[in-house]
Amino acid sequence: MMAGFQYFPQTAPDIQAMLDRIGVKSLDDLYSDVPAGFLYKGEYDLPDAMTEQEVRDFFEGLAAKNPRLTVFAGAGAYDHYTPAVIPYITQRSEFLTAYIPYQCEISQGTLRYIFEYQSMICTLTGMDVSNASMYDGPTAAAEAMRMSVAQAKKKNTVLVSNTLLPQVRGVIATYARYYGVTIKEIEPYAGQTSICSLEKLMQEGDVAGVIVPSVNRFGIIEDLTGFADMIHADKALFTIYCDPSALAVVKTPAEWGADVAVGDGQPLGIPLCYGGPYVGFMACRKDYMRKLPGRIVGQTADKEERRAFVLTLQAREQHIRREKATSNICSNESLMALWVTVYLSLMGPEGMKQVNDLCWQRSHYLYSRLLETGKFQAVFPDAPFLKEFVLKPLVPASDLQKTLSDAGFFAALETEEGYVSFCVTEKRSMAQIDTLVNALKS
Amino acid sequence: MSKIIEGLRYSDTHEWVKVEGDIAVIGVTDFAQKEMGEITYVDCPDVDDEFAKGEEFGALESVKASSDLYCPVSGTVVEVNDAVVDGPELVNADAFENWIIKVRMSDASELDSLMDAAAYRAMTGE
Amino acid sequence: MKYYDKLIFELSKEGRVGYSLPSKCDRCAGTEAIPAGLKRAEPARLPQVSELDVVRHYTNLSQMNFGVDTGFYPLGSCTMKYNPKINEEIAAMPSFAALHPLQKDLPGVQAVYDGLDKALAAITGMKHFTFKPCAGAHGELTGLMIIREYHMSRGDLKRTRIIVPDSAHGTNPASAAVCGLEIVQVKSNADGLVDVSDLKPLLDDTIAGIMMTNPNTLGLFEKDIREIAQLVHDAGGLLYYDGANMNPLIGTVRPGDMGFDVMHLNLHKSFSTPHGGGGPGSGPVGVCEKLVPYLGVNVSGFNGNFGVMLRAYAYILMLGRQNVKLCGKLATLGANYIKESLKDVYELPLPQVCKHEFVFDGLKSGTATTLDVAKRLLDYGYHAPTIYFPLLFHQAIMIEPTETESKETLDAFIDVMRRIAEESVSDPEILHNAPHDTPISRPDETAAARNPILKYWDACGC
Repeated sequence: MMAGFQYFPQTAPDIQAMLDRIGVKSLDDLYSDVPAGFLYKGEYDLPDAMTEQEVRDFFEGLAAKNPRLTVFAGAGAYDHYTPAVIPYITQRSEFLTAYIPYQCEISQGTLRYIFEYQSMICTLTGMDVSNASMYDGPTAAAEAMRMSVAQAKKKNTVLVSNTLLPQVRGVIATYARYYGVTIKEIEPYAGQTSICSLEKLMQEGDVAGVIVPSVNRFGIIEDLTGFADMIHADKALFTIYCDPSALAVVKTPAEWGADVAVGDGQPLGIPLCYGGPYVGFMACRKDYMRKLPGRIVGQTADKEERRAFVLTLQAREQHIRREKATSNICSNESLMALWVTVYLSLMGPEGMKQVNDLCWQRSHYLYSRLLETGKFQAVFPDAPFLKEFVLKPLVPASDLQKTLSDAGFFAALETEEGYVSFCVTEKRSMAQIDTLVNALKS
Repeated sequence: MSKIIEGLRYSDTHEWVKVEGDIAVIGVTDFAQKEMGEITYVDCPDVDDEFAKGEEFGALESVKASSDLYCPVSGTVVEVNDAVVDGPELVNADAFENWIIKVRMSDASELDSLMDAAAYRAMTGE
Repeated sequence: MKYYDKLIFELSKEGRVGYSLPSKCDRCAGTEAIPAGLKRAEPARLPQVSELDVVRHYTNLSQMNFGVDTGFYPLGSCTMKYNPKINEEIAAMPSFAALHPLQKDLPGVQAVYDGLDKALAAITGMKHFTFKPCAGAHGELTGLMIIREYHMSRGDLKRTRIIVPDSAHGTNPASAAVCGLEIVQVKSNADGLVDVSDLKPLLDDTIAGIMMTNPNTLGLFEKDIREIAQLVHDAGGLLYYDGANMNPLIGTVRPGDMGFDVMHLNLHKSFSTPHGGGGPGSGPVGVCEKLVPYLGVNVSGFNGNFGVMLRAYAYILMLGRQNVKLCGKLATLGANYIKESLKDVYELPLPQVCKHEFVFDGLKSGTATTLDVAKRLLDYGYHAPTIYFPLLFHQAIMIEPTETESKETLDAFIDVMRRIAEESVSDPEILHNAPHDTPISRPDETAAARNPILKYWDACGC
């Protein structure tokens, strides 16, 4: 009845025996409950089935069409090095082909690494409680927006800094539009969130929460002195959006007095992969533990008093809250949380510091070399940056991008102000930096 | 069969009220705690929070369920039972002994709209 | 599987490293140049371990886990089909994996988006898809936003209520709530299907639409879908299709033909991408022609989970137009085969032909609960079915085998399910105390919730 297909194990006699047990004559009879007109009789508009080799050739052909550029861009996706151990571990089928750890007795592997992940996110952010991860950074920020409103009960405005990445502001705006929350934007001043603008917006009232970045879209490490007091004076929730790699060296959300920390785990060794899969993280102070969306793993003991891990505090979750839910997230981004956990295990505190040292050093080298070319002006000369920075181009940005692309580089992304941004991670060598600068000189 | 105490007032969302002057002592019924199973958390409001009759003032959580608590009378919270916040299992042990909040009523006539023990017994079918 | 008790933090030793990095130039400034007020006070408490420590630790952890590659995983509504290995190789190809999400002019990438869009449109009868949603629930939210945007763009602002059947996945009402919609529940009739007579009075000019799962969560085809679609459309509403249960319809029925206007697919269910312990998934949303202008809704950071899309596209190319026709049918065959083979010992509340999954309401005899049955299955080397869902039955056991399981696998599972039914009479204690042969026994979930220990340092007090 069919030529064999490697993913379908049923032989013709198998199918017949199964139909006999069910008491029907044909596979079509299993669809007797479908009104006749809805059974699709046409030919599906799909290619002929390919062999595995043909599939491989097909994708190799597509891959070859994409130019391979050396990445000197960030803007929310950072080209850090991925140690070989990570894909090796995350490809283990026991992790890869499992689902949500509903049956905890045969899911201790998943539950334990999520517990480790939560612990690592807590120590990086300084927060008390982390969830098991979210889709990506922007959606985690949007969840913080909803969480702000849920805890405030009667207030319905969330303030969002203009210095957050555009995709973070964009997703918050989308979620807020349909959830019925008013979003107001805090203006920038000298490349950082303006505390004067914040104060003015707070005075307008109705503020349930405030979301600002730690390292912002200009690459600047923001000084958030005074923010927590001002925000908490109005009982609003203070959320900081951060780069978790940078958190190894910069002041933590907890140290700034924030209530919630969110961000994207991608800089922790996750490949760029054209934007996903990445992983969002979300952590908070203990007071808000029961308002935190998403899954959470907790430690307990089994009947023999052995250490055991379970999904816990589920009363917060959508499958129990249903129409009263303040988040609809069901799964997490589990395998990517494992990815990040293995990365942080390998790097340790010293490795994380060294990565940041290299980023600092090499990005500052590129910064001064670019200024020497005479094709840029400094925009925020006194603001400290870590691995990413912006300059004002003295030639059209599109010309710069073209020149760089022709030389094999992806760089000089244009910001909404018309600046161009560059990013240098530890993966970029000094020689590559020199080549990039030389390409601009010629 | 669940315990129901004569002389208290009951809401259709399974809260009980004991009147002490202008103060309403509020808890959940034995029927409600049985439905919930082992209670793991009692979410309470703060003192001085104000609630209208029927408004949500907190929640009970168990491992696999969550149930909101509704204020049976309008008023201002004057006291929260810290013992049940620290030991949610007390609600399972004795739901009538272990009240949750005390509210200064703003309109005592609202008590008339609540059920007496017989009506509540009929509602729960016990 | 064997019990292994370490956490990575417990392997840590000061000075040990698991990385190699280029040396930095000693003359140049590093992060010590960060202004003092912007530096963190103490280093993060990350473990200090060697590469081999890491490899052994996570290998040991993996051995306490059960995946599709370990054994049969009949988890209802989750479509735990085999995850082809070629897909992994393709997703890891450097020419895809190294691309920055903001790069432009990538013909190879564009071909993947276009090709997958066209293939999914062919399979579902929708016009176009957006790939931004990262999971099924995320797709639901996106689809509902599209529905709201459609009504709003027409100035039809009072359509803020959505009809959801009582048998719906829990995410449906939650997604609707966070989309600012009020939920109106429609009841199921005695056959487990949407009760059309209950639906009719709900339809007015405040209804934005209806969310349906077809086949529904009981595995039953909503036979009245033509009438339901007509009624909802006549009332000015739109039909949302929850694609969690799309698998039995692959190659047989197209949601677009049934009158659905918007739908999501779970590429990690119907299109073979690995579930990853709970993500990453991908929840593309497809729409009919008139909703194409609203597909641009911005719900995630970049371009969706491209790595997951590559895997799904590779799977579809392997299926091709020939094999696609058998996918849903073989899934349906397996489910009905198990149902008919066990209905004498497990309570079957709805006896009609099912699609890819079906629901038992517990054992016919003995004192064992559905939880006991599920836990005992673990001892026999099977993942348990979905339990206590849908909520319509108190002892629900929801079984979904998928088309990638052989008759021998199903027969062995049936034998074990029968043996458990016998044990429930002859030796109920062995069920009440199950599992016995897993790395841990049943844990104390109440203690976990009452005294939350959510990170390493909560327990060690250090």
